[in-house]
Amino acid sequence: MSALETTSPAQDDTRRRGPLAETLFSLMRSRTFLVGFAIVLFWVACALFGEHFAPYDPLADDIINALAPPSSEHWFGTDQIGRDVFSRVIVGSRDILTVAPLATVLATIAGTALGLLTGYFRGLVDDVVSRILEAFMAIPVVIVALLAIVALGTSKTTVIVVIGLSFAPIIARTVRSAVMAERELDYVAAAQLRHESAFHTMFVEILPNVIPPILVETTVRLGYAIFAVATLSFMGFGIQPPSPDWGLSISSNYGMIGGGFWWTVLFDALAIASLVIGVNLAADGVHGAFND
Amino acid sequence: MSLSLVTLFLLSTMVFLGGQVLPGNVGRAILGPFADQRAVDALNHSLGVDRPLLTQYWTWISNFVQGDMGTSYIFRSPVAPFVIDALGNSMKLAAVAFVLVVPIGILGGVIAALNLNRPLDRIISLGGLSVTVLPEFVTGIILILIFGVWLRWLPISAAWPKDAGFFTQLYYLILPSLPLFLVLFGYIARMARSGMIEALDSDYTRTAVLKGLPWRTVIWRHVLRNALMPTITVIATQTGYLIGGLVVIETLFRYQGIGSLIFTAARGKDFPMLESGILTIGIVYAVATLIADFLYSVLNPRIRLGSEQ
Repeated sequence: MSALETTSPAQDDTRRRGPLAETLFSLMRSRTFLVGFAIVLFWVACALFGEHFAPYDPLADDIINALAPPSSEHWFGTDQIGRDVFSRVIVGSRDILTVAPLATVLATIAGTALGLLTGYFRGLVDDVVSRILEAFMAIPVVIVALLAIVALGTSKTTVIVVIGLSFAPIIARTVRSAVMAERELDYVAAAQLRHESAFHTMFVEILPNVIPPILVETTVRLGYAIFAVATLSFMGFGIQPPSPDWGLSISSNYGMIGGGFWWTVLFDALAIASLVIGVNLAADGVHGAFND
Repeated sequence: MSLSLVTLFLLSTMVFLGGQVLPGNVGRAILGPFADQRAVDALNHSLGVDRPLLTQYWTWISNFVQGDMGTSYIFRSPVAPFVIDALGNSMKLAAVAFVLVVPIGILGGVIAALNLNRPLDRIISLGGLSVTVLPEFVTGIILILIFGVWLRWLPISAAWPKDAGFFTQLYYLILPSLPLFLVLFGYIARMARSGMIEALDSDYTRTAVLKGLPWRTVIWRHVLRNALMPTITVIATQTGYLIGGLVVIETLFRYQGIGSLIFTAARGKDFPMLESGILTIGIVYAVATLIADFLYSVLNPRIRLGSEQ
């Protein structure tokens, strides 16, 4: 004990930043993170304030000017009922940026709870729950979503719950392996010797120490959640009309792609691509910052 | 293998609950809100959906195992021929994607590893990662625009003319298989790359180099064999993903595969069609996992010899 106390503070004296500040510092130096974060921030700003600087009402139709190609009046052209594509792309970030983060939060909460339980108790609980989770992970999200939507009907809540529950096992697996390593440490044994409840040991003692892997996994999952929400909206199982959502716009316009009306789908596709890549770059940066 | 059986069981229960129990009155859904109640009851009785749940589940599973997939609510004819046709079409599409992606993905990973941290590695790794994270319908739309609308090299729909020969079908399948290719490429290349890096860094590779073997032999006989082991597992787990991707791609390209069959069945609440489609997919997944386990043990002498002892 005394040996530990003499060596570690001496080394820390030179750089007295907390571990959190240290991580933030290395995040700010990561070019990958900054680029990704800037892209995400741009779309968040569009979601929040897009209405105010969009040149047209994203929902207002104008049949006479339907399917007009990009021009100085309509930068991205108009869709089949004359709505301004540029305005729709800007405001279209709103729904996906609400549904995907909520689904990720749900997945993180459920996954963390499951991961703590299976990692802490091990034995029979771990065996049974982990097997079921693994088996569940093999089922594609699209299939789960399809079934849920057939059974429950389409709504944002259904999408959030489906994606949240589908991703929870993946987060649970990460948390579980982190907990398995933590529970061998002395502070857990100390808590157990103090006769702390299992709940206290898991959520008060262990949880704060496994936050970094959870944060990393959450940012990675957010990218996949955006992927999933966009895909479900495209399939008609996600966000519903008249929302100017990107996936939904593509699904209602791609039928005319053969007629050469490329502007009705290209900009929405590029918007999704940029958001997904932005989140993944940011996630990559977070991963790097915590693992240096 | 036991795990994929658990997956199958979970899947069948979910399908059964999701398709049968939760949506409520099947007869009413088919006949519409204005149909006579007696007609609805009669239809429910003839479809067998008024029986106890466990009986229905048991009948369904035991019939399925015997090859009887039930009768489509919408087409009023046996489901099996539809599912078999669709599965065949999907297999063609998946085969084209796999035949393209497995060698190219492995090659990409190997080249990246051999050029570790040089520009070529950066391009392959970053490029692979970027295309992997994009939804298939997004890459699909962009590819359709480039090759179908602007360049007019490839047809934008996968529905080939009747009596099309092998090469015509192949021609129609190139564009739909590309989005699947892009997603899989990133995964396979990344696994092959990290496997290669590990193998190149190992003692046996150093020994092989030091005893004077030509570099080519070292790579082919010593490095590749060990490097590709984890890649095979990844390829097998990607069949699960591939199935999800097929639902999207087949819808986008109007292709009559199992993905679009499930999609259409879900929209029309055609329960027997939906459940048979999904269960068939589950079985395909289980078989793919089994084949991967088998291949892995054939290629890995430690497992092969270990089980013989």
